[in-house]
Amino acid sequence: MSDKLKYDVVVVGAGPAGLSAAIILAKAGVKVIVIERGKFPGAKNVMGGVFYTDCMKGIVDEFPGKAPVERHIIEQRMWILDEKSSVGFNHKNDRFNEEPYNCHTVFRARFDKWLADEAEKAGALIINNTVVREAILEDGKVVGVKTDRPQGDVYANAVIVADGVNSLLAKSLGMRQNIQKDAVAVAVKEVIGLDEKVINDRFNVKANEGVTIEMTGNFFNGEAMAFLYTNQKSVSLGVGMVIADLVKNKLNPNELIESLKKHPSVAPLIEGGETKEFLVHLIPEGGFHAVPKVAGNGVMLAGDAAMLVDSIHREGSNLAITSGKFAAETYLEAAKKGDFSEKTLSLYAEKLKDSFVLEDLKKYKGLPDMLQKNERLLKKYPKVLNDAAFELLNVNGVSKKDKEKLIWKNMKQEIGLGNMVKDMLKIWRNVI
Amino acid sequence: MHALVFIKQVPDASQVRVNYETGTLIREGVPAILNPFEAHAVEEAVKLREKFGGKVSVITMGPPQATQALKECLAMGADKAFLLSDRAFAGSDTLATSYALYEGARKIIELEGEVDLYFAGKQAIDGDTAQTGPGIATRFDIPLVTYLTKMDEVNFEKKYAVATRLTELGHETVQVPIPAFFTVEESLNELSHAPLPWLIKAAQTEIIMLSSENVELDRNQCGLKHSPTMVKKAFTPEKRQRGETLTGSLDELIKETAGHLASFVK
Repeated sequence: MSDKLKYDVVVVGAGPAGLSAAIILAKAGVKVIVIERGKFPGAKNVMGGVFYTDCMKGIVDEFPGKAPVERHIIEQRMWILDEKSSVGFNHKNDRFNEEPYNCHTVFRARFDKWLADEAEKAGALIINNTVVREAILEDGKVVGVKTDRPQGDVYANAVIVADGVNSLLAKSLGMRQNIQKDAVAVAVKEVIGLDEKVINDRFNVKANEGVTIEMTGNFFNGEAMAFLYTNQKSVSLGVGMVIADLVKNKLNPNELIESLKKHPSVAPLIEGGETKEFLVHLIPEGGFHAVPKVAGNGVMLAGDAAMLVDSIHREGSNLAITSGKFAAETYLEAAKKGDFSEKTLSLYAEKLKDSFVLEDLKKYKGLPDMLQKNERLLKKYPKVLNDAAFELLNVNGVSKKDKEKLIWKNMKQEIGLGNMVKDMLKIWRNVI
Repeated sequence: MHALVFIKQVPDASQVRVNYETGTLIREGVPAILNPFEAHAVEEAVKLREKFGGKVSVITMGPPQATQALKECLAMGADKAFLLSDRAFAGSDTLATSYALYEGARKIIELEGEVDLYFAGKQAIDGDTAQTGPGIATRFDIPLVTYLTKMDEVNFEKKYAVATRLTELGHETVQVPIPAFFTVEESLNELSHAPLPWLIKAAQTEIIMLSSENVELDRNQCGLKHSPTMVKKAFTPEKRQRGETLTGSLDELIKETAGHLASFVK
């Protein structure tokens, strides 16, 4: 066919990874087409809601500017839950009130749409409502993609695959396996509407200031991670659990969030709110070991498609954006040489390795496995910790010395001295 | 052939909920969509263009956000899209809207040439009035075929169309001279998956803006002031009670259900 569709780069998926790649490429004068399966960019995209500012450097100047952000986060709370209690660590800092703000809460449906507009302004072409089914291969090299539309083949020098956690394209290329049930979590999230003033009062913040709460602990058998983030006129409450654990505990995600809503530490914060949205999404939580080969002949994987999520620090979109940026930069280097082979594109893998993206994932590479194999960590310790806090703070005529003895005895009984030493060493090795 | 389709961006009615305390609609967070009937109108116009050649124009009256719905029509294969947007139209009822769209359509004729076939949905899913389309047809003083379910034949040489419409009693096939106006049912056609090149062309097509600056308008027929529709009363339909769920063995269920039914019969 003489009039075949030909671009320099095809980007599959209009999420943060794909769009940041498209913006950089388009700004450099590269002819780029972004193909999105949703009705509009963001229509199918979900995350907890915290977006870090730093990664936007070099992509959109003056962020947030007109970007649709909710509140900038000035306080972060970490809670370890027991059934009816919580022990927490809070950090509130006025330095988080200095611009540029460290992070904001965002709604992806709006945020991604905005980012797509920026990509269009830069000169990228965005096509919605179109599913990329597979790659077009010639001599073992990716030379384009086939879409589900008539006359839907598109050719390009390189394809950037950013179609999310369940990347059909990466799978069809053999670069990814099917979703592994121990490397992917199901997360559910409710957006609960509350008055702006109620939120300000409940979370002790001024207008536009926000709070995040991360929760884990002896809750749902200790294997779930939960969060509560403040938006302008709502809070996002969510909880995620690795699929294998859901199956093991015979739970469905709805039960997780319903019981979280009733937890005495959470319930008062959402009281009187009305659920506006209910979202479900898969999150790649396999960490470093789950990251596949990211570059092949004429193809690079970015964002969730490359499983780039740091679940320990609830970072994902910034890793996605940074990976999109690296993929675009790599393409520009390859274009100078006129060579888009795996050898040249492997520069992309190098860039990821030399940056915080893979360094952070590598740092915690043993953690998913450790948490899965060591039930004590998420089941026993939270309970012991909560019991200890209660014992210390509950005044009942017992001397502090005796209380300390009691706590120590309880710890030895519940966990065992040898186990405690072992666990400390493990945590030391995997986290520090 | 030149077909002109009138479209409307509407809130997705399936997602609008009622606040039973205040009796008002909760519109917040409800996505805006292309009126589903009009998707079928665009589809039909595009099908005819593929058969006879020519072009399809679409127009809507609305705020700047309505460009989204126009873009959807372009992606379905429409060639030109016009947004008629002006503060003068704020608060228009169906009479004032049909006037504004009539003037907009006249401008399109001036820019793009005579129109053979006019299309619109049978009604919009937000207002359900089914008045705007007929209002425009009346102003043009052309034949109007409502509730179109089949376009049997169009003859551009002899200037007529044969069309089937839905009536209370069944179907009716009529022949009308063209230009004529058709308001369409969803059963008119199946929406097809447009070829990728159309979407690419659509993404590169600019929406043409129409307003009082480039359309001649009689201010005495525009906006809230010249909309005679009065809402006398609005009420909320009673909240439906949830059905009762019975559990138990089949025999128990049969007995219990029979008992319930018997109490109704009495």
